[in-house]
Amino acid sequence: MRVLVCVKRVPFTGGKMVLAADSMSLETKHLGFTISPHEECGVEEAVRLIEANGGESVVLTLGPPEAVEQLRDAMALGIDRAIHLQTEGAEWDPEATAAAIVDAIRADEAASGPFDLIFFGNESADSGGFQVGLRVAGALGRPAVTGLKGVRLDGASVRCEQEVDGGRDVYVLLMPAVLGVKEGLNLPRYPSVPGRMRAGRKPVAVSTPSRPAARLELVLLVVPPGQGRRAEVLGNGAAAAPAVVEMMRKIGVA
Amino acid sequence: MVLVLMDQSKASMETLTLARKFGRPQHSVRMDAIIPFAPDAVAAILALVADDLDASAIFAAGTERGNDVMARLAARTGQPFAANCVDAEPGSPVSVTRLRWGGSLLESALLHSPRPLITVAPNTLSVEAEPAPIEVDAKPFIAHLEETDLAVRVSDHVDTTGGGVSLAEAKVVVSGGRGVGSKEGFAIIEELAGLLGGAVGCSRVVTSAGWRPHSDQVGQTGTKIAPDLYIACGISGATQHMAGCKGAKRILAINADAEAPIMLNADYAVVGDLKEIVPAISAELRKSR
Repeated sequence: MRVLVCVKRVPFTGGKMVLAADSMSLETKHLGFTISPHEECGVEEAVRLIEANGGESVVLTLGPPEAVEQLRDAMALGIDRAIHLQTEGAEWDPEATAAAIVDAIRADEAASGPFDLIFFGNESADSGGFQVGLRVAGALGRPAVTGLKGVRLDGASVRCEQEVDGGRDVYVLLMPAVLGVKEGLNLPRYPSVPGRMRAGRKPVAVSTPSRPAARLELVLLVVPPGQGRRAEVLGNGAAAAPAVVEMMRKIGVA
Repeated sequence: MVLVLMDQSKASMETLTLARKFGRPQHSVRMDAIIPFAPDAVAAILALVADDLDASAIFAAGTERGNDVMARLAARTGQPFAANCVDAEPGSPVSVTRLRWGGSLLESALLHSPRPLITVAPNTLSVEAEPAPIEVDAKPFIAHLEETDLAVRVSDHVDTTGGGVSLAEAKVVVSGGRGVGSKEGFAIIEELAGLLGGAVGCSRVVTSAGWRPHSDQVGQTGTKIAPDLYIACGISGATQHMAGCKGAKRILAINADAEAPIMLNADYAVVGDLKEIVPAISAELRKSR
């Protein structure tokens, strides 16, 4: 089978949000970067599917040149090759992102055959648009489900478990299909040293799509008020226990 | 004419509140228009009704289902879509303020669309009562769906609610982070949660290490909680975590580091070794019973 997983490079934000001077992005000078969390589970699921069934796994990202680090991270976990839709760094809106990914999928499928499954994160950690995967599915005319915490192959179908209040709803989709997954789907493995070595030699196909005008146009980022209250210190060490219990009584939880 | 996708949630009432800024009267399509749930069919019905009414904007709650159906509608109609807005001003373009990073950051954006698609982030707006009783003008509408609109459809349900207190609804949540040190270290967290009739939570570091199941994770990519008291033990307070617990009425941070970021978001703090402090609180609670 063939499996594609789409990922996004996002910063580790740490303890607080600090904006760049133009307030159009986060100040990332002192931050590390990662694959957006839901998508890490998409990568793991793609690797497991190919390990179990044979075939090829591919990782795709749309992002700046540095996003090749996240592609290498995915390949270190076992993904076979990568597609990098390189941008100049400025953010693309969800519509433009989806359109570029659709073009790349069509080109790859024309050369190598259809992807049975395409994984997306349910939403990206940073911009949280909740739509790129569903837009891609719509354009390709494939069934899609989001919010997935369980994925299992069953012949030509895939059984999907979607997290809902009080349990999980089950959908059975005919492949090819598009799946939006959430953290908790699996526990992603850590890369091995040989995995990292191999990742450096795996192919990355780079192209530079052009960015259309955004129809969801970012104007400004703002850090919401509320950060910066200061905790009332009830004490130090075990000696604080009576003060803690008194506070619990006062607010009615003990 | 503004169209709203409604369900039974409080988030739908918040959605109506924001939608009123864009005009009245309003028409609604119900999330359970198709049972069992078929998201493409709901999106198709919204598109048909919107065309029939010449709707100027479409709103839904920013729940998992609301965002999912609106994204399908956006894909189907080739329109932009702004998810999880906390405010919106009509105009051309529409100005929206929306959540990023699970609410740790706000974005001002312009939505360039003849028919703006907007979802409203839950628990961010105060609900306004309907100003006056409205005359309901109901008319039948028959939606003609394609077979493909029903290809994605709920076919079964698995109940995963175990015993114990649900994390999302608990009045008290006691969470452990990296500072707990190990899987076994959670025994003292469980003990305190048990004494308070609360639930056990944890940070992302803990689930990544395999110490606790992901269903215990409080955070942007875990469960969003809203207890009366949140007790965060050995948790530094990364934005990923705070996005999950900002609904807590009060936060008590127990941390060895008095300068940890969580101190800036907590109401109360105890500084020191959680392995001494947490059992001491449990002992104090027992003593006074």
